[in-house]
Amino acid sequence: MPDAPGLPPLTDQFSQAYWEAAREGTLLIQRCAACGRYQFYPRGHCAGCFAPDPEWVPASGRGRLHTYTVVRRTPNAEFAADCPYVLAIVELDEGPRITARITGDADGLACDRRVHVVFTPAGQAGVLPNFARDRG
Amino acid sequence: MPASWSGQVAIVGAYESPRRRAPGVHPFAIQAECAAGALADAGLEPADVDGLATAASFPAEGAREMAVAEIAEYLGLHPRWMDGTDIGGAAPVSHVGHAVAAITAGLADVVLVTYAACGYSWPHGAPDYLTHAHGPGQWELPYGPTTVATYALAARRHMHDYGTTAEDLAAIAVQCRANAAANPDARYTAPISVDDVLASPVIADPLHRLDCCVVTDSGGAFVLTSARRARSMTARPAYVLGFGEALGQVSMSQMWPYTATAAAASGARAFATAGLSPAEIDCAQLYDSFTITVLLALEDLGFCGKGEGGKFASAGELAPGGRLPINTDGGGLSSNHPGRRGALAVVEAVRQLRGSSPGVRLDRPRTVLVHGMGGSLSTSATLILGA
Repeated sequence: MPDAPGLPPLTDQFSQAYWEAAREGTLLIQRCAACGRYQFYPRGHCAGCFAPDPEWVPASGRGRLHTYTVVRRTPNAEFAADCPYVLAIVELDEGPRITARITGDADGLACDRRVHVVFTPAGQAGVLPNFARDRG
Repeated sequence: MPASWSGQVAIVGAYESPRRRAPGVHPFAIQAECAAGALADAGLEPADVDGLATAASFPAEGAREMAVAEIAEYLGLHPRWMDGTDIGGAAPVSHVGHAVAAITAGLADVVLVTYAACGYSWPHGAPDYLTHAHGPGQWELPYGPTTVATYALAARRHMHDYGTTAEDLAAIAVQCRANAAANPDARYTAPISVDDVLASPVIADPLHRLDCCVVTDSGGAFVLTSARRARSMTARPAYVLGFGEALGQVSMSQMWPYTATAAAASGARAFATAGLSPAEIDCAQLYDSFTITVLLALEDLGFCGKGEGGKFASAGELAPGGRLPINTDGGGLSSNHPGRRGALAVVEAVRQLRGSSPGVRLDRPRTVLVHGMGGSLSTSATLILGA
């Protein structure tokens, strides 16, 4: 993935933990202490039961490719140089789904293929969790 | 049993701008053209309007935070009831349901719903994102989503789960183009084939350019009032029989399940309030930002089973002689899509009930369903109109 220009995430006090962990090679998700539900994207409350302050937990980083598309054209100039790229929704083994890219090209990709997290330096965007297909 | 309000409010005037390209024109000028056109069609004066609904916050719509106030000022209206509900392309359909509530509650007598945008010619740029890269968007926008790509994600999973093919999706675009053939205002009228769709450039696979709607500068408007008042007016009323709306997700990671949309909820509410079933619908104007938008709506609204939309389309059921003729003016895929197609889908439903469609005129349809879908399969509003 090219380094620039991209569209960096605008972090806030709450999300800083997530992006700092990504820089250190950990994918964080959240788990609600009250109902046990895992959630992504991170929030200040559980979107299942509204209990406050779900805890940050490291995800296994393993999951399945739920769906994907190869973006060949974009009206957004900041991503034009990236085309084509694989935009995907990955279902983590813990349950939640996450938006990311699949590294490499789309050859041999299929829904439900096993994938694992990789951490991609992305210029101003810092480090973005992405996914690569498992071998075999 | 129908809801107490079913049939108590009618659309008594409707207008679609013939424009498709309007370089140098501000969208508010098209708003005014459409408002005047709808009122003239209804035989009403601006002074009769005491309710206004619009949404105009997309860049190419020309307004900012207080869209309904900006549009009211430009038009020269001072409504006592207003609605600026902004749920993407479904908004104008949503406005119909809200107007029914206002009119039956006595909060307004004559509601004008207007819409316009210069989706093609807007000169100031318009990033293709639904959110900021802040808050929830910080976990999505850095990866480079586009509107087409988000719909492509749903199409890919539908293909995986149900064996839907690119040819099935293409059949929807082919039918809309065929319907546009007679429409003098349609953006494109030359017939296309399934092969043409598949040969057009891939934008975000599996969606090709011809799986995507046209992008135009245009607008539309319509006028609602009580059925009692409608009976004394010149135009043939289109009665609001049923309505429902629903919210899905904005971030694509939150769509669940991935092959069904909020249309399942909005559709069920619309049918329940009308006291009708899908088999009793003669024609549908289904939001067609992309071919997959139509396919998912066919299933979610109950016109066929989940996973059967592809076969339904490929078998010709969407044609004028099929089980559910759709998008009889050519739809957003071939006729007109300035930004929120919902407004124009309502106008075409009214024209179809009056026998005045510029595209395909069906033989005296009694019921027309209008379905709006906004954002990235995010929001849904479903309306059932009757003659």
